[in-house]
Amino acid sequence: MWDRNQMAARAAQELEDGMYVNLGIGIPTLVANYVGDKDITLQSENGMLGMGPFPFEGDEDPDLINAGKQTITEMDRTAYFDSATSFAMIRGGKIAAAILGAMEVSETGDLANWMIPGKLIKGMGGAMDLVAGVGRVIVVMDHANKHGESKVLKACTLPLTGKGVVDRIITNLGVLDVVEGGLRIVECAEGVTEEELRAATQATLV
Amino acid sequence: MNKIYANAAEALDGVLTDGMLIASGGFGLCGIPELLLQAIKENGAKELTFASNNAGVDDFGIGILLQTKQVKKMISSYVGENAEFMRQYLSGELELEFTPQGTLAERMRAGGAGIPGFYTKTGVGTVIAEGKDVKNWNGQDYILEEGIFADLAIVKAWKADATGNLIFRKTARNFNPPAAMCGKVCIVEVEEIVPTGSLDPDNIHLPGIYVHRIIQGTHEKRIEQRTVRTREGA
Repeated sequence: MWDRNQMAARAAQELEDGMYVNLGIGIPTLVANYVGDKDITLQSENGMLGMGPFPFEGDEDPDLINAGKQTITEMDRTAYFDSATSFAMIRGGKIAAAILGAMEVSETGDLANWMIPGKLIKGMGGAMDLVAGVGRVIVVMDHANKHGESKVLKACTLPLTGKGVVDRIITNLGVLDVVEGGLRIVECAEGVTEEELRAATQATLV
Repeated sequence: MNKIYANAAEALDGVLTDGMLIASGGFGLCGIPELLLQAIKENGAKELTFASNNAGVDDFGIGILLQTKQVKKMISSYVGENAEFMRQYLSGELELEFTPQGTLAERMRAGGAGIPGFYTKTGVGTVIAEGKDVKNWNGQDYILEEGIFADLAIVKAWKADATGNLIFRKTARNFNPPAAMCGKVCIVEVEEIVPTGSLDPDNIHLPGIYVHRIIQGTHEKRIEQRTVRTREGA
């Protein structure tokens, strides 16, 4: 079974040299630590390409934050732009991939990651635009919720962020692709058998 | 024609009225028109609708207008980090129109560009699509979203010249240009008004045609999530 860092490292393998990529909050943020020598440019949808690491203490700039509202730094290649331009490149398919967390994913690639009815509603932010617009949507999440129930489902029960938008799912148990008729197992995490992965998955596996 | 006003209250005089639709720039607390928001609070205008990506925090940004119950409705993509907002929303005192972030930016840009509506695939198959016109191009569904035509735009820039040409700084640009564009009247607050002719015409981020009133002031520029890394060997 993979831990958070191993899931992030596995997700980093999805990225290719030269890609422009948007990373979501949580485990997806860790992916930046595992890109190695690959030339990856990170987009922050509040208006920046070429997002650098957190600043050293004392160097924080209130005018320089990421989409999670955290202080960050710029790089040699950095470009700034307004929100309409930022989402033009997202909606226009210029961002090669988005790596996002999820509450539920279905076998048809539906994604739910923005609201739980009856609980505090915060909003979808840029998630709906990202999943509808980018070239490839990769979900990184735990395979089961805290009650031990599969988050990889035949159909999502929560309100959707996007319909038929997910391409690949990376969980602590393995890697699954959304294909015709259901999900296909790409690989099992270290120490996880295909039977265990199947047993932990509610969605149809083909 | 003079666009420069002495302070935020004077810049709002004769423009701000009850019940108006105001487009505001900013992302989180970054690049928000904090002086104009404070002046709107002091003015007391009420029943306001704000098109703004976020609603601030309880004691900063649009949050200060929620405390005084001056806001009737928010058009936003993300409203976390604000307890008073949630209380008013859950009790039915405050209306909320969730709009995906990119759709909100484009609705402002479109309004400013004279485009009443556009089709996007953002939100197709979700609650956002409910009740909206759907068109299919090349096998893909798109939903109709409407441009925002605001009565007033309030934005924050780094520098302005006297004609209203604006320069923003780093990610504080965010929603400010599209918000400015969609207002019938746009008021900008800047950190510095520089002599006309001192900004490079090739590097103007928003031309002064969109800007009607300018004020200069001192900004708190609060940081919402201070994140740092430790120095090597520290």
